[in-house]
Amino acid sequence: MRRTKWEEYQKDIADDKYYYARSCIRQNFFPGSEKAFLDILRNDLGKDIFDDPLHTSCTGIGYHSDIVPFETIMTVVARQFALMHEAGYENFTSSCITSFGIYTEILNTWEEFPETEERTRENLFKATGRELVKPKSLAHTSDVIFHLRKEIAERMKRPLVNALTGEPLRVVEHIGCHYAKIFPKSGIGGSEFPYVLAGMIESWGGEVVDYPERRHCCGFGFRNYLVQANRGYSVANSQKKLESMAPYRPDFIVCNCPGCSMFLDKWQYTIAEMEGTTYGAHGHGIPVLTYEEMAGLVLGYDPWELGMQMHAVDVEPLLEKMGVEYDPSTKYLGPKGKYIGKPAAAAVNCSAGVTLYDIKK
Amino acid sequence: MRARKVVIIGGGVAGMQTALRLRALGEEPIIIEREAQLGGKVRNWYLLFPTFIPSADVVEPLMRAVKEQGIEVHLGCEVVQFDNHRVELADGERIDCDAVALCSGSTIFDARLKEEYGYGIYDNVYTSVDIERMMAEGRMPERSPRRVAILHCVGSRDEKVCQRHCSKVCCITGVKQAIELKKLYPKADVFNFYMDIRMFGPGYEELYHTAQRNYNVHFVRGRISEASPLMDGCIQIKAEDTLTGRPLRMSVDMLILLVGMRANDDNVRFAESAGLRLADSGFMRAADLFAGNVRSSREGIFYAGTITAPKSIGEVLNEGVVVADSIVDYLNKQEG
Amino acid sequence: MASVNFGFGISKPRVIDIDRNNLRKSDEILLEMPELQTCIGCGSCTASCTAGNLTSFNFRKVHALVRRGEYAGAYEEMNKCMLCGKCRLLCPRGINTRGVVMLIKRKLGDF
Repeated sequence: MRRTKWEEYQKDIADDKYYYARSCIRQNFFPGSEKAFLDILRNDLGKDIFDDPLHTSCTGIGYHSDIVPFETIMTVVARQFALMHEAGYENFTSSCITSFGIYTEILNTWEEFPETEERTRENLFKATGRELVKPKSLAHTSDVIFHLRKEIAERMKRPLVNALTGEPLRVVEHIGCHYAKIFPKSGIGGSEFPYVLAGMIESWGGEVVDYPERRHCCGFGFRNYLVQANRGYSVANSQKKLESMAPYRPDFIVCNCPGCSMFLDKWQYTIAEMEGTTYGAHGHGIPVLTYEEMAGLVLGYDPWELGMQMHAVDVEPLLEKMGVEYDPSTKYLGPKGKYIGKPAAAAVNCSAGVTLYDIKK
Repeated sequence: MRARKVVIIGGGVAGMQTALRLRALGEEPIIIEREAQLGGKVRNWYLLFPTFIPSADVVEPLMRAVKEQGIEVHLGCEVVQFDNHRVELADGERIDCDAVALCSGSTIFDARLKEEYGYGIYDNVYTSVDIERMMAEGRMPERSPRRVAILHCVGSRDEKVCQRHCSKVCCITGVKQAIELKKLYPKADVFNFYMDIRMFGPGYEELYHTAQRNYNVHFVRGRISEASPLMDGCIQIKAEDTLTGRPLRMSVDMLILLVGMRANDDNVRFAESAGLRLADSGFMRAADLFAGNVRSSREGIFYAGTITAPKSIGEVLNEGVVVADSIVDYLNKQEG
Repeated sequence: MASVNFGFGISKPRVIDIDRNNLRKSDEILLEMPELQTCIGCGSCTASCTAGNLTSFNFRKVHALVRRGEYAGAYEEMNKCMLCGKCRLLCPRGINTRGVVMLIKRKLGDF
């Protein structure tokens, strides 16, 4: 896809020494991704990144569900920044798009309204005795991977190329709304033509596929999907995107937001079970990857080590296309070789055959 | 009485009209034009609203007259700075004068800044300026498009791109181009997407009515929110059809953006060097909007044309006459 | 295989999709009465409407929807018109509004 302006949207992304803030939900839905991020940075690229057990949720889900007031979330965020300073870091990087949006929003609020920052500083000190020190740079972890994409490409073991045909894989990217729709200047490439994931895909040999509903929200929307009765229009948004991208036959979808990757993956299961519709090849789903999983595959990580057995849509067709060697029999064996259970056969999935686990049962 | 020198910055229709009128009143106008030829933006237009006469019918007689009258013209010359008695050019030349008429017009809004429309990224997204040029050069697609969307107010009335003002002539240009498209492609459906339709000039409202009544041009009150590509190279657009209160979506073979006029970047420099005042829109601020709309806040410096605000060609030509009269009046008073 | 009940349905889009709508009837209506295209949405018709003041009938909106190819319910809506003619007195574009009501009813009786 032609992009003309992404280079005009640049931001400072630190080269090293990051303070890492985890997401609340990713470890449930894509449990290997955050570990993969740390492993890639530390082991493959030799970077210093601090995974602090003291930091908490940013309370973004509560904030966007009208439960946590702005004053409170500002104090929580101030605490995260204080922890970063205490640990001796100044480059803050968050794993979650919602959090990233919140950190950006709050830093901007403090810049516009210094008296609010002062009040937050006081609140933090009263509540915890800690001192607020703002980060030197703030980046989403996809920004960090984007920033290091060339270093990853140098160590690439499997490019994003169809191993059988030699053609680049066709990839659909989906950017979380709060990455750049609130502050377009805070995102690589701005909000209309973001380049953060596209840049990774292109550097690693894939082809980015633009489609009509690319910029549409996945429908996550917090209080919308949290209430069961409201989920109808939440899922309808993902359906709209899937319908729009399906004719382009993408090999996989890659997201940089916890909610989006969860929705685009798991709603495919839901839609298939409710209406019998699937959007991928051979009547199955379209695999959905996080950018860490994509980077991990490119760097030669084992897919099960990356947590890809936890996806609602099976990733095996993609692994085969990329020529990834994987052991089907260890798919549902956890890191320590313990059987972790296996989902029932579903319309979006392809590997419904009898496996070792069924025989064991 | 000796002929007095008046430097006219800008050789578009405003500058030429001013020069010709000054010459008729016995003065000595000097035109400084940045481009390699006179005519300004109107030269690149095809047919003019609301009567569909070729733009050449307006520009060429002016250019011919300037030549016949032997008016001094400096082409390819940038003005660095000026005040009411001296104009300094980029090549170092200085021209002493008795008064200055600033007729340097305005700048066409760069449609790429409205990223959501994908101008410069998607094929089949054009600006109104592109369409004028394509029509003039006979480069319109041979195969009839099935559907065309024309979007009003691109770079006008839009805080997001720092252009709050109305560019005034885009609405009628949209109506004019819709009719031209229907004449060229009778089977195509042409949709105009507008926020307000502003038909301020003589014959404009009638042309709007004609477009609807005789050419079946569709008008949708709603601003297009984004354009995206479709597999077959068409563009998908989304808007609200505000008069039915429903979101609207369609694919089009051509999306035409009616780009507005914005203030020249030079205005800031000119204002600083000559001590002039800018309006909030960045255009030059006239002494007042009634009797003094061609005078600046500085003695001996005058305005004509779209340097002060977006205007139609007819209005600009009128201002050329008015500014010449005001200049002569001023010069006579100076000499007592 | 509609089957599993997750406690919610999937919402249907309410977008007017010009690509999917069949505009044939709309074109026929506009061909017969091109002046309908000159509506500028001022709302005089609906403001003065005998039926519209007492029911949800909105003449302006219904014919706008018909012109976009949204025919469902248009016939039933037009049946609410009492043909009093006040709207035609007011229309600044001189549209034969009563004629529009009759035309839409004639063309869209089976929708």
